[in-house]
Amino acid sequence: MAKIELAGLGHRYPGNDTYSLQPQTMVWEDGGAYALLGPSGCGKTTLLNIISGLLVPSEGRVLFDGRDVTSLPTERRNIAQVFQFPIIYDTMTVFDNLAFPLRNRKLAEPEVRSRVQEIAEILDLSADLKRRASGLSAEDKQRISLGRGLVRKDVAAVLFDEPLTVIDPHVKWLLRRQLKRIHHQLKLSLIYVTHDQIEALTFADRVVVMYQGQVVQMGTPQDLFETPAHTFVGHFIGSPGMNLLPCELNGSSIRIAEQSFAIDAALATRLAQVGKPLTLGVRPEFIQCAPGGEKAGLSAKVVRLEDLGTSKLLTVHLGGHQMKVKLGEHAQINADHVQLALQPARTMFYADDQRVA
Amino acid sequence: MLKTYNNKAWLLVLPVVLCVAFSAIIPLMTVVNYSVQDILGPDQKVFVGTEWFQLVMRDPELHAALGRQVLFSAAVLAIQIPLGILLALALPATGWRSSLSLVLLAMPLLIPQNVVGTIWQIYGRGDIGLAGAALTKLGVNYNYTGNSMDAWLTVLVMDIWHWTPLIALLAFAGLRAIPEAYYQAARIDGASRFAVFRFIQLPKLRGVLLIGLLLRFMDSFMIYTEPFVLTGGGPGNATTFLSQYLTQKAVGQFDLGPAAAFSLIYFLIILLACFVFYSLLQNAGPAEKAPH
Repeated sequence: MAKIELAGLGHRYPGNDTYSLQPQTMVWEDGGAYALLGPSGCGKTTLLNIISGLLVPSEGRVLFDGRDVTSLPTERRNIAQVFQFPIIYDTMTVFDNLAFPLRNRKLAEPEVRSRVQEIAEILDLSADLKRRASGLSAEDKQRISLGRGLVRKDVAAVLFDEPLTVIDPHVKWLLRRQLKRIHHQLKLSLIYVTHDQIEALTFADRVVVMYQGQVVQMGTPQDLFETPAHTFVGHFIGSPGMNLLPCELNGSSIRIAEQSFAIDAALATRLAQVGKPLTLGVRPEFIQCAPGGEKAGLSAKVVRLEDLGTSKLLTVHLGGHQMKVKLGEHAQINADHVQLALQPARTMFYADDQRVA
Repeated sequence: MLKTYNNKAWLLVLPVVLCVAFSAIIPLMTVVNYSVQDILGPDQKVFVGTEWFQLVMRDPELHAALGRQVLFSAAVLAIQIPLGILLALALPATGWRSSLSLVLLAMPLLIPQNVVGTIWQIYGRGDIGLAGAALTKLGVNYNYTGNSMDAWLTVLVMDIWHWTPLIALLAFAGLRAIPEAYYQAARIDGASRFAVFRFIQLPKLRGVLLIGLLLRFMDSFMIYTEPFVLTGGGPGNATTFLSQYLTQKAVGQFDLGPAAAFSLIYFLIILLACFVFYSLLQNAGPAEKAPH
């Protein structure tokens, strides 16, 4: 187990001018469960491979507990990795699969046996130890992959590269819960790469959102939802994502598409200092909606109301901008227009995609 | 239960049935026909039952040829399969070096068998052949037309030169199909180079190696042209393999009955051996599935 620090770490693939991973510095605490979330091609796997040592970064350093491991090969880094599809040794039994990393490290056979038994117990594989690994189901194979990482006592962190891609949906949550249990039991540092926000938010204590080779926010699921630090986090997290509308500061009020609403003076002062075009961000969940004709709020034209089962999704037009509003299960909208009320605490402002207030 | 009232389906499979009949079954039946009769003239024939089979089975010359054939095929497989795998492992995986080595490697496969025989016949000659003359100069008493051991080795080396590339190409293709993640996982598990070969590469190559093994077995067991051109089966009978023995019987001595009987036995031996290889390798583990 170890604290992982990335110091000015960046990577460019040879012959490529743009960074696959923007140079950045961050710390991954010991024993944390992290999810690395982002769309395909955002640099998640590159970052993961650099931490595991499969890839040597073109600049910066990787530190495990303050020890520089940047140039150390994978096999000397005490990292375990679980890949997108199950990697098992087909010709071996489940037991031999789990024992393989230990035997390669010349551990005494009695100790190998006791470690394997212990891990098999945790992963519910005890009954299958004598079976050939190739005959098992995808989720059992993925458990074996994980087990090969866990058997090693010296493991600093376990990295997961979208490990549930090939697992049936109904088994996914079971495996994920098992992972969380193992995490609490063994106090391991886990880094879990995924492009599925539900997976990330339910698995991790802290979620790291990546976008275009850059970490745009690192925080708890609640942070990401309530105070997205970047417009990308706003619309990537949540379903549907955050409403983002260009707006203008006009004295102490905000002007959106010919309509205005007042904000408090402190916020107005702060926004006045930004000096760049502003974007207002508000989640569909945090908009209150009253029938048209009322005084307060912004007037918007109703486009459609969709029933999502446990909630309803209202689509409106505010000036030329489309917005989504999430309403209760029993909400009824009969008018052509509605009044939208924004909660000051839940309304964010962005400039150049970065949150300014 | 559904009952079939319309038998048109038979009409639709008829072309295939005819094709197979004319290309395989009817020719095979003529061989069966010869194998159970003694044909004395165009109108004179006697049914002899299994007599030809008994005669052939007791033929010491045939036993010797069969022994040589089994030895030859065993040597071919024992050398070409491991050598082909080693070559495939040593080949560069990507880039122009890879393409160049593949083309060079594939060259012998493009040469017709009798040309291969001719090339090696000249190559091995003690007076003008590059290899033969060099060996003679070095003081090695090498003469493939006179010494049966030399003849044997020449035929074997020629076959290795000609066909090992096939195994190497198959194994190369098999190796390229292994996803990178397997190697990464092995590195994380601290596996040695040999362990990677033993537990990842070899198991993943099983499918292509099975095909390679069957092809090489059948081909080497039926070898005819190259030794015919190179040594003519000699010196003595040292390199007379089954096909050549069969040709001597059928064409040389015009013993059609025994030749036909032996043809059937020959065919059955190959069929049986392929079946055994196939079953053994299939049972060595369940078939490989693609990772996705």
